Amino acid sequence: MEQSISIILIFMIVGAVYALHAKDLLSAVIACGIVGYGLVICFLLLKAPDLAIVQIVVETITLIIMVAVVLDSTRHELAVQVDTQGIINQIISFILIAGMFYFFYVSIQSLDVFGAHTVRMANAYIEGAAEKTGSANLVTGVIFDFRGYDTLGEAVILYTAALGVMTLLRIQGKK
Amino acid sequence: MEGMSIIVKKVTQLLCGIIFLYGIYIISHGHLTPGGGFAGGAIIAGSFILLILAFGSDALNLKKEVIESSITESIAILIVILIALAGFFFGIKVFFANYLPRGIVGELISAGAIPLYNIFIGLEVASAILTIFLALVIFKEESQT
Amino acid sequence: MTVFLLCFILFLVGLYGVFTRRNLIKIVISLSIMEFSIFLMLILIGYIDNGIAPIVTPGDLNPIYVDPLPQAMVLTAIVIGLATTSMLMAIAIRLYRKYKTFDIREIKSLRG
Repeated sequence: MEQSISIILIFMIVGAVYALHAKDLLSAVIACGIVGYGLVICFLLLKAPDLAIVQIVVETITLIIMVAVVLDSTRHELAVQVDTQGIINQIISFILIAGMFYFFYVSIQSLDVFGAHTVRMANAYIEGAAEKTGSANLVTGVIFDFRGYDTLGEAVILYTAALGVMTLLRIQGKK
Repeated sequence: MEGMSIIVKKVTQLLCGIIFLYGIYIISHGHLTPGGGFAGGAIIAGSFILLILAFGSDALNLKKEVIESSITESIAILIVILIALAGFFFGIKVFFANYLPRGIVGELISAGAIPLYNIFIGLEVASAILTIFLALVIFKEESQT
Repeated sequence: MTVFLLCFILFLVGLYGVFTRRNLIKIVISLSIMEFSIFLMLILIGYIDNGIAPIVTPGDLNPIYVDPLPQAMVLTAIVIGLATTSMLMAIAIRLYRKYKTFDIREIKSLRG
C-alpha cells in the first residue's frame, strides 16, 4: 500500500513541477489535472469512496472553468527576464522551503507509523454510530448528525461564492 | 458560443438523462452507500454542463437577464435552514437535531431527517455549481464601454 | 514515513509556485496544488491497516473501519476548494479585461 501511494505521489510531484514551468498556459492547466486525478486514485486506495466521487467531478468542473478562462484570454506566457528581484525571490524561497522541510521532518518523528491508529478519539464516533444516527454510511452520519454545523457553513460558503462570482463579473438581472 | 459536432450532440442526447438519473440515485441513497448530497449535486450539475457545452448557448437560448439557477439555490438553502429549525415543533431544543424516527439501519426510509438534508443540500450544490459555470464561461461581463 | 514526506514535498512545490511565479494563472494553479496536498495528508493520517470503507453492512463480524472523521472534514474542504478557485478565476478575468495582461509585475507598475 505504501509503495503504490508513493509511486502515484511521485507522478503527482512531476506533474506539479511541470505545471509551474510550462511555457504554454494551456499545458500548465492540464498538468494541474494530473495532480487532481492522481488524488482520486489515492483516495480509492485509502478506502474513501465518498471523497473519490466528489473529487473526480469537482476536478473536472474546475478544469473546464480554467480551460475556458485561459482560451478566452491568452495562452502565451511572456519570456522570463532575469532581474534582481526575481533572483532574490528564488533564494529566499529556497531557504524558507529548506527550513520548513527540516522542521516537518523533525515533527513527524512523534507520529505513529503510517497505518497505525493515530486519531484516538474516533472510537467515540464509530461505536454505536449506526444506531445513534440510523444511517449505514458512517461518513454521512458524521456530516449531517454529529457535525451538522460544518455542513451548514459549507453550504453557505458555496452560496456566497456563487453570489460573489456574479457580483464580480457584474451580471445584471432584469432591469 | 456555438455547439460541437454532430457526434457529440447525438451522444449527449443519449447520455445526459442517464447521468441526471445517476445523480438522483446517489443523492437518494446517500445514507446507505457511498455518496450523499455533495457528490450527487455535483453529478447533476455535471449533466447540465454537458448539455450546455455540447449544444452551445445560442441553440439553447440562454439569456443573461434571467438566471433561474440562482433562484433555485436560494430557495434550497432556505429550506435546509427551515428543516433544521423545524425541530422546535417536535419539542427538541437543539438546532440541527435528528428528530424524525430512526427506523431500521439499512432500509431506504430510515435515518431520521438525513435523507431530507441530502436532497436539499444536493439541490443547493447543483444550482450553485451551475450558477458559477454560467457566470464564468457563458455570461462573461460585457465589453468595456 | 516516506508517504508523509512526499506529501509535504508536493505542498512545498505549490508554495514555491506562489512565491516565484509571475503569471496570475500559475499562482492560482499553485494554490490548488497546495490544497490537494493537504487533503491527501489528512486522509493519510486517518488510515488504518486492513481497514474497510466506513459503510456498515449487516453480516460483518467485528470489522475495523477506516477513520470516518477526517473523511467528513475533507469532503467539506473539497467543495470549498472549488468555491475558492472559481472566485480567483473571476478576479483573473476582471484583471485581464482591464490591464490586458496576466503578469503581476506589469499590473503593479501600471497604476491605472
